Amino acid sequence: MKRRTLLTAATASVLALGLAAPSFAADKVKVGFIYVGPKNDGGWSQHHHEAAEEMAAHFGDAVEIVVQESVPEGADSERVLTQMALSGADLIFTTSFGYMDPTVNVAAKFPNVKFEHATGYKTAPNLGVYSARFYEGRAVQGYLAGKMTKSNKVGYIASFPIPEVIRGINSAYIHAKKVNPDVEFNVVWAYTWFDPAKESDAAQALIDQGADVILQHTDSTAPQAAAQKAGNVYTFGQAADMAEYGPMPRISSIIDVWAPYYIERVQAVMDGTWETDTTWDGIGAGMVGIGEISSAVPADIKAEAEALRDSIAAGEYHPFTGPLNKQDGSVWLADGEVADDGTLAGMNFYVEGLSGDIPQ
Amino acid sequence: MDFGSINPVVLLASLMVASTPILMAALGEMVVEKSGVLNLGVEGMMITGAVCGFIVAVETGSPTLGFIAAAIGGMALSMVFALLTQVFLTTQVPAGLALTLMGVGLASLLGQNYQGLKPPPVSDLNIPGLDHLPVIGPILFQHDMMVYVSLLSIAGVWAFLKYSRAGLILRAVGENHSAAHALGYPVRMVRVMAIGFGGAMAGLGGAYISLVRVPQWTDGITAGYGWIALAIVVFASWKAWRILIGAYLFGGITVLQLNLQAAGAKVPVELLSMSPFLATIVVLVVISARRHGASNAPAMLGRIFHASH
Repeated sequence: MKRRTLLTAATASVLALGLAAPSFAADKVKVGFIYVGPKNDGGWSQHHHEAAEEMAAHFGDAVEIVVQESVPEGADSERVLTQMALSGADLIFTTSFGYMDPTVNVAAKFPNVKFEHATGYKTAPNLGVYSARFYEGRAVQGYLAGKMTKSNKVGYIASFPIPEVIRGINSAYIHAKKVNPDVEFNVVWAYTWFDPAKESDAAQALIDQGADVILQHTDSTAPQAAAQKAGNVYTFGQAADMAEYGPMPRISSIIDVWAPYYIERVQAVMDGTWETDTTWDGIGAGMVGIGEISSAVPADIKAEAEALRDSIAAGEYHPFTGPLNKQDGSVWLADGEVADDGTLAGMNFYVEGLSGDIPQ
Repeated sequence: MDFGSINPVVLLASLMVASTPILMAALGEMVVEKSGVLNLGVEGMMITGAVCGFIVAVETGSPTLGFIAAAIGGMALSMVFALLTQVFLTTQVPAGLALTLMGVGLASLLGQNYQGLKPPPVSDLNIPGLDHLPVIGPILFQHDMMVYVSLLSIAGVWAFLKYSRAGLILRAVGENHSAAHALGYPVRMVRVMAIGFGGAMAGLGGAYISLVRVPQWTDGITAGYGWIALAIVVFASWKAWRILIGAYLFGGITVLQLNLQAAGAKVPVELLSMSPFLATIVVLVVISARRHGASNAPAMLGRIFHASH
């Protein structure tokens, strides 16, 4: 008897709730996220996760998030995505470049589920892409690197030879070269997004060879720790502020700000207004943040770096403004010409002055 | 190829640092396999050691206590494996895989509040009188304590297996557990002790990553080095001094390829990136092609022992 009473009571309350707030229980939006690293890697994946939690907090009970961390890029991610779609997710964010083709495949199989892929370029009616113009932040880093280096050797820990990473190298190099014509960039391809020991070794190798500024495009804080151990080396936080390594070695950072975008897109799903999109925002729109420039940087250099940041944010200055040549010396942008998004999105060449080849 | 800007002395010194975690884990696993047990849980024990060592080092401010805690942590986890395989007689392969999954999860749980902290620095222990020798000094005698410990362990394990009676018993258990049992040797006890030693060494290797090589704690910090350690054991055909070669070859080429890239060598990066694995496989094939190569595996490796059989 008791159980029946309980059931009746439960049914009644569900009904009451249902009547009171029709969108409450039944229409709970399920949002999935998959990350390439652990959700507390201190960098890229952690920042996506924090944005996801911020989004969930914003909507409260109207949203349920499901998270899968450390998902390898490639076939395995397709399985994870299929599983998520089958378990009733309404919107799935896939947060690494290597998830591009798996996301396309799964999106084709589940036309009623919406997908959002970070940093890619393939879209479909139910698949949008979003990325941030990290190269704007790299311009500020390159400026600081050119000013701060004493050995004129800047080390760059690159992950994979994809357009996003190449844009970052080019942008940093152009702005370092502008303020320091003697600067040299040494690029190491780590072929990983997250491997603390390898990232640390890469940083160490660059420091051993005289680099005193290290830029990283990998996700862990291991290069920061290596630089700190070495002493007079400057680094920049990547994806997250990594402020715990300031004021030395970390002198600034690029911070990814995803939460407003996540809130906007989830809201669109709730309103039924979601459409595929290609979002590519920078400092101006607030998707790329420049972390506090630390006290290790002299005040005048700091002020100039902030001026550069502000002029990019205001749209007055584009980091890829001619005259710029490609590595082989051929002309890319004439004087005053600004790179178009199509070329930037598929960038697969170094600018003039960089040494070495991009692995193809 | 331009080796101009690579300093071979610095390179060799960083090679030893990069190789030490794999060296220790592989040496421990070799002893386990010599007793006839295949423990695939090296990765799990390494990462558990990494987090235990990190926590204790941060809390006490002493890296030495951290390393001791790492050895205990790795050993404690290996006892789960010992319980499963030696008492409940489960199959070793899935038990080892489960140990890895459990260790990775456990480490993640334990490390929750230790993200972004810095461990106390591990100071270098320069050997007086030898550390200022030209070339040799910086390469061999200006390291932290654990590098010396790892080298002494190699010598110790080699001498133990070759010259001591206990080592002979351990090998006998690994080659023919029924015969060893018939002679009255405690097969299970020997194996449990070997598993414990393997766990402690894996724990030390893991802590070397979190306290010296990286030094910080993040989830997944061992990033698959436990699996490489397992491969190095086969590569070394179960010989202690070949573990040294295997680990230094792998670690050395890993460091060398990053240095070559940093120096702007005109070698395709793809080739450089796979070179550690390529070199290890090539040497493995060469060793296996010889008569006593891979057949050197302990005869009872992975076989369950029950006194009634």
